[in-house]
Amino acid sequence: MLQRVLRSTIIDAPIERVWAVLRDFNSHDRWHDIVAQSRIEAGQGSSQVGCVRNFALKDGHQIREQLLTLDDAQHKLSYCILEASVPLQRYVSTVTLKPVTDGRRTFWQWESTFATPPGQERELRDMVAKGVYEAGFDNLRRHLQQGADLRTPGSAPMPMGLPLACRRVTQSAYGGPEVLVVGDSEVPHPAQGQLRIRQRAIGVNFFDVYLRRGWIPAMLPLPGTLGMEAAGSVLDVGEGVTDFVAGDRVVYMAPQPAAYASLRNVSAEHVVRLPAHVDDDTAAALLLKGVTADYLLRDLGRVKPAARWLVHAAAGGLGLLLCSWAKRLGVRVVGTVSSEDKARLAREFGCEYVIVTKDYRFADAVKQHFGDGADVIVDGLGDAAREENFKALASCGHWISLGQVSGALQPIDPDLLVSKSATFSRPVAFAYVPTKASLAERAQRVWDGLGDGSIKRPPIERYSLEAASRAHEWLESRRSTGTIVLLA
Amino acid sequence: MIRIYVSTVIDASADSVWGRIRDFNGLPSWHPGIVDSRIENQQSSDRVGCIRHFHTRDGGMIRERLLALSDYEFACTYEILESPMGVEHYVATLKLTPVTDGDRCFAEWSAEFECAEGRERELSDLIGGEVFQGGFNALKRHFARR
Repeated sequence: MLQRVLRSTIIDAPIERVWAVLRDFNSHDRWHDIVAQSRIEAGQGSSQVGCVRNFALKDGHQIREQLLTLDDAQHKLSYCILEASVPLQRYVSTVTLKPVTDGRRTFWQWESTFATPPGQERELRDMVAKGVYEAGFDNLRRHLQQGADLRTPGSAPMPMGLPLACRRVTQSAYGGPEVLVVGDSEVPHPAQGQLRIRQRAIGVNFFDVYLRRGWIPAMLPLPGTLGMEAAGSVLDVGEGVTDFVAGDRVVYMAPQPAAYASLRNVSAEHVVRLPAHVDDDTAAALLLKGVTADYLLRDLGRVKPAARWLVHAAAGGLGLLLCSWAKRLGVRVVGTVSSEDKARLAREFGCEYVIVTKDYRFADAVKQHFGDGADVIVDGLGDAAREENFKALASCGHWISLGQVSGALQPIDPDLLVSKSATFSRPVAFAYVPTKASLAERAQRVWDGLGDGSIKRPPIERYSLEAASRAHEWLESRRSTGTIVLLA
Repeated sequence: MIRIYVSTVIDASADSVWGRIRDFNGLPSWHPGIVDSRIENQQSSDRVGCIRHFHTRDGGMIRERLLALSDYEFACTYEILESPMGVEHYVATLKLTPVTDGDRCFAEWSAEFECAEGRERELSDLIGGEVFQGGFNALKRHFARR
């Protein structure tokens, strides 16, 4: 029969101080009297989930224990015994701290379940309850009273002060997908106004490809890390941050790249909290694209029912988002794609007519379908489609250049625009979210749209952060549909 | 979504404190801010789904529905149906946990709700301070006198 032991106490110290000691899986030889020596095997960090500690107890026993979970937001950790000279079998233990808010004290619960050889149940229950847990309570209390936690090297008073290890994708040269290399790195304590975010999903945008190739070196000095957006949880906050706390689920889009990592510091200005109905992958995949669709429809495109829109790369992430949202607002959308499969997807998302073309020929088909031409063109194609785009534009039309997959767009002569009384725009998403409030407002419209069905969620393709270069290869192959996220 | 969390340590066993607070119709007998209480539709006060109808000291009428009650976990969860405070989707939990070393227990009272922008601070102070901490202080005084 499984044995259960539970002990709890109140410690006269704030939770941050108690947690700083307990979250260090290698700290017991500094405060628990039964432990003579403790070391972490295989050179791992002592707060790294999966790490193994090797105890030599003062009574001569040996125990190897593995850290199973560590939760800084909930102040909770669990571990199990892998091997022990004491006959504790299937031993799994959980340590939980909770703040006593009216007095800066801490509630500490230590519990476990385990099996024993027949006849030794009571003896081993007593050993765990009294020898380990209750003695541990007293020992830690004494350790804190003596201020030993503040003096001992290696047990910093605040865990959040420490730099934390992370995985990061960097490039030390501009070029193809192969320049992206994954390695170990560190993220320091967040600076003033910053949040340190444990990132779970990172959005991949075609813009990342331009930066990777070195088209805008000022935005990505080498060595550099790509990525404009990611979703995850706040780990800790820098000075002056009052609107986020550790544990908040968040997503951000930041004008400085560096999102391709498992951990990142980012200014709280660029971060919004996530509603429960939006998962991490969706948030990371759709924040930048959703904000872009929002300003295109509401601000730049000044959308009107029955307006005629031409959307290139209609089966891409932004394309699908625009098709479904624009259709819901009464817009007629014609799209271009490069394959029949993509055409089917674009139609499913609200495109009323889809042109399949691999060589950027579409103007005649657009004019045939729309009569005069398109009132608004959302152009990610660039130079190879320059003539066709202008030809497809209706009188007084608006040509919005967002990207240049086919090559950098050559300068547009104002006299060219005169012949159609046309408008040309070259917008940047970040200019449409100059303040925290404007970002929150646009993001909220995207979440609301996803929630009430007025935006259909594009398919999401997932790659591990370790496979960032493969994700880029796939994006550039022109065979991908929808959006791509990296999972950290 | 606003979250409020207040906790304390009461010098009595979880069993005795639970005995004082478990009755969903019993607020006036232990909470200084509440003057009367009744359960609507003659339902039993430990029946999940029952509604308590009570008045605060300043005359405000509040209706709350019992969502969960666990004698095993010493926990009770309820939502506000009607109140003058201007909160939406308000769900609160009051929970006790035994502290094994000594005759005392750890008490937590938490709530989640939404409200009009700009009122977050005022409502957090009212609910976390007067309602939750006020209730805890009364319990602490009561059990200290024994």
